[in-house]
Amino acid sequence: MTASLTLIILMAVMYAVGITVMLERSLTRVLIGFMLVGNATNLLILIVGGENGSAPIVTGTASDAAMADPVPQVLMLTAIVINFGITAFVLALIYRSWWLAQLGDQGDVVPDQHVDDTEAATDATFDAVDLDDAAVQEVLDASNERSDAAAPIEVDPTPPVDSEPKPEEEAR
Amino acid sequence: MNAIVPLVVLLPLAGAAVALVLGRFRRAQIAVSTLSLTAVTVLAIILLAHVDTHGTVVVEIGGWDAPFGIVLVADRLAVIMVLISALMLLGVLIFAVGQGIADGDRETPVSIFHPTYLILAAGVFDAFVAGDLFNMYVAFEMLLAASYVLLTLAGTGARIRAGVTYIIISLTSSIIFLAAIAFIYAATGTVTMALIAERVRDLPADVQLILCIALLTAFCVKAAVFPMSFWLPDSYPTAPAPVTAVFAGLLTKVGVYAIIRTDTVLFTDVDIDIPLMVIAFLTLIVGVLGALAQADIKRLLSFTLVSHIGYMIFGISIGSTAALAATIFYIVHHITVQTTLFLATGLVERVGGTTSINRLGGILRASPLVSVLFFIGAMNLGGIPPFSGFLGKVGLFQAGVELGTPLSYVLIGAGALTSLLTLYALVRVWNMAFWRSSADVAGYSSPLLDSLAEGPEDEGETVGSKRVPALMVAATTGMVALTIGLTVFAGPLFELASRAAANTGNESTYVESVFPGGIQ
Repeated sequence: MTASLTLIILMAVMYAVGITVMLERSLTRVLIGFMLVGNATNLLILIVGGENGSAPIVTGTASDAAMADPVPQVLMLTAIVINFGITAFVLALIYRSWWLAQLGDQGDVVPDQHVDDTEAATDATFDAVDLDDAAVQEVLDASNERSDAAAPIEVDPTPPVDSEPKPEEEAR
Repeated sequence: MNAIVPLVVLLPLAGAAVALVLGRFRRAQIAVSTLSLTAVTVLAIILLAHVDTHGTVVVEIGGWDAPFGIVLVADRLAVIMVLISALMLLGVLIFAVGQGIADGDRETPVSIFHPTYLILAAGVFDAFVAGDLFNMYVAFEMLLAASYVLLTLAGTGARIRAGVTYIIISLTSSIIFLAAIAFIYAATGTVTMALIAERVRDLPADVQLILCIALLTAFCVKAAVFPMSFWLPDSYPTAPAPVTAVFAGLLTKVGVYAIIRTDTVLFTDVDIDIPLMVIAFLTLIVGVLGALAQADIKRLLSFTLVSHIGYMIFGISIGSTAALAATIFYIVHHITVQTTLFLATGLVERVGGTTSINRLGGILRASPLVSVLFFIGAMNLGGIPPFSGFLGKVGLFQAGVELGTPLSYVLIGAGALTSLLTLYALVRVWNMAFWRSSADVAGYSSPLLDSLAEGPEDEGETVGSKRVPALMVAATTGMVALTIGLTVFAGPLFELASRAAANTGNESTYVESVFPGGIQ
């Protein structure tokens, strides 16, 4: 049996890199390592198929010499599909684990930003309704007296009360 | 008869598809999964009766002859395994349904649980009947992929952590398995097991050895054989009770089954009995010593699970027909008893609110029925006569004495010691959790108990006791009845196991059944 040296070197490098990366702590790197090792194994299966013409299922045709052994390719295809499915699952798992790491014990309950607010504190951040009315009246009066260029419009100087920074941003 | 073999795999797969479509209708889902597993059980009984009288059934999928097409081989061993796992899967399914109904599905989200569970079942059955090494790989991937989902159900922090370890270990072993298949194909030009068995003999001895060890490494990780067993006690106990029960009972045994096939069919000329015995010795002792140090019942049981795999490896390493028969009997016994104990522990957790023996007490008074269920399982696992655990061990030890090498006597001693230490660990659980009155729990101090390791996720809290649904108790009782059945009918079962072993131990029988006209 002869095999392509390029493929063998490529396979060896992929195995070496893949295993090294799999030993990292980060899950994403482990996944990348797994994909490299998985594909290196696929290459291995391709290599063991041997050279063309060695094992054609149909013999006696003109193209015998060009036919490759179909079995390793079928095995490889199956392995690729399996690896694809597993990779998708591990990606979901990594995302889930990242999500849990971000939120800690809160799990997947998105925190209520106003959970600590009391009614009194909430009231204090709002202006009373009659103040609104007064302001509106003032603006209306100002627009009626358009001819008096000097009358300045009084604007409430207090800026709107800013909401607290969101816990999600804090966590990041 | 030929149609039954593929049906054993197809029915759970079809059931999984239907259950997935019926995701919104819980009752329909339960009906589908129960029905398909019951059907497999019935088919397996019919198949066993047929195979036992008429010999191995070989099915060529798609009509292609053996070396080119994929074959399913249902010999006695395969069908026994299918039958016992189908019974066990059915029992655990009923337990899970009972739990789901009681808890409103928080622990086991039903829409995902049932299809995944059935795919796990299909993978397990396929692994048993596969007559083709690559088909076995696909079966392993099926059951592993399903087990990843089941282990990380509901995606809580603890389960994700445990799941990541488990998945990476399993992926690595799958890659080793696949690479081993590639090497075997390179050496023999086939993946049909019967043909590999024939062609492997022509290879140089060292090549045979490397191929055999590559394959065994992959299977030993799955079977949790020391030193590849470290992942098991950390990952299994975090899953929901029914899932842990299935994993503990079945998944490691699929690995053991694959080791039997490797040793008795594929590589009969490779002599690795002595390394296997050493590994069996270490598995037995290290596993049970781990169990002694645990306060958490689930972790304790996981360590005894690792330990008792050592008995089966011991049986395989002896290699005689009597030893194989005892191994087969022991596998059947261990599947049922380990599952039963995990289910009973699930019940204890509901009654007592925890699984740590440091905080459990008075279970005997709180629920005598649960206590009896746990007690029978514990005595059985501990190898007390007349239970099946005792009979299996006696069979193994007899075969070991027949072999008569010094190493086999050492292993018999280790086996007896392991049995005693298992009993000690379980009796301590009994004394603390069941016999001790619940009033004594607070302020109870003992230097021995303080040194025990709690589960890593144990917060030291005791959740209040929950209602124990009748369905869960019924399922556990059914499993206990099965273990007692194994004891009562141990004679005929042992004879069946002997016939299966005679069939399995002689690889030419296997080859002849796949290639009735001889290999061209």
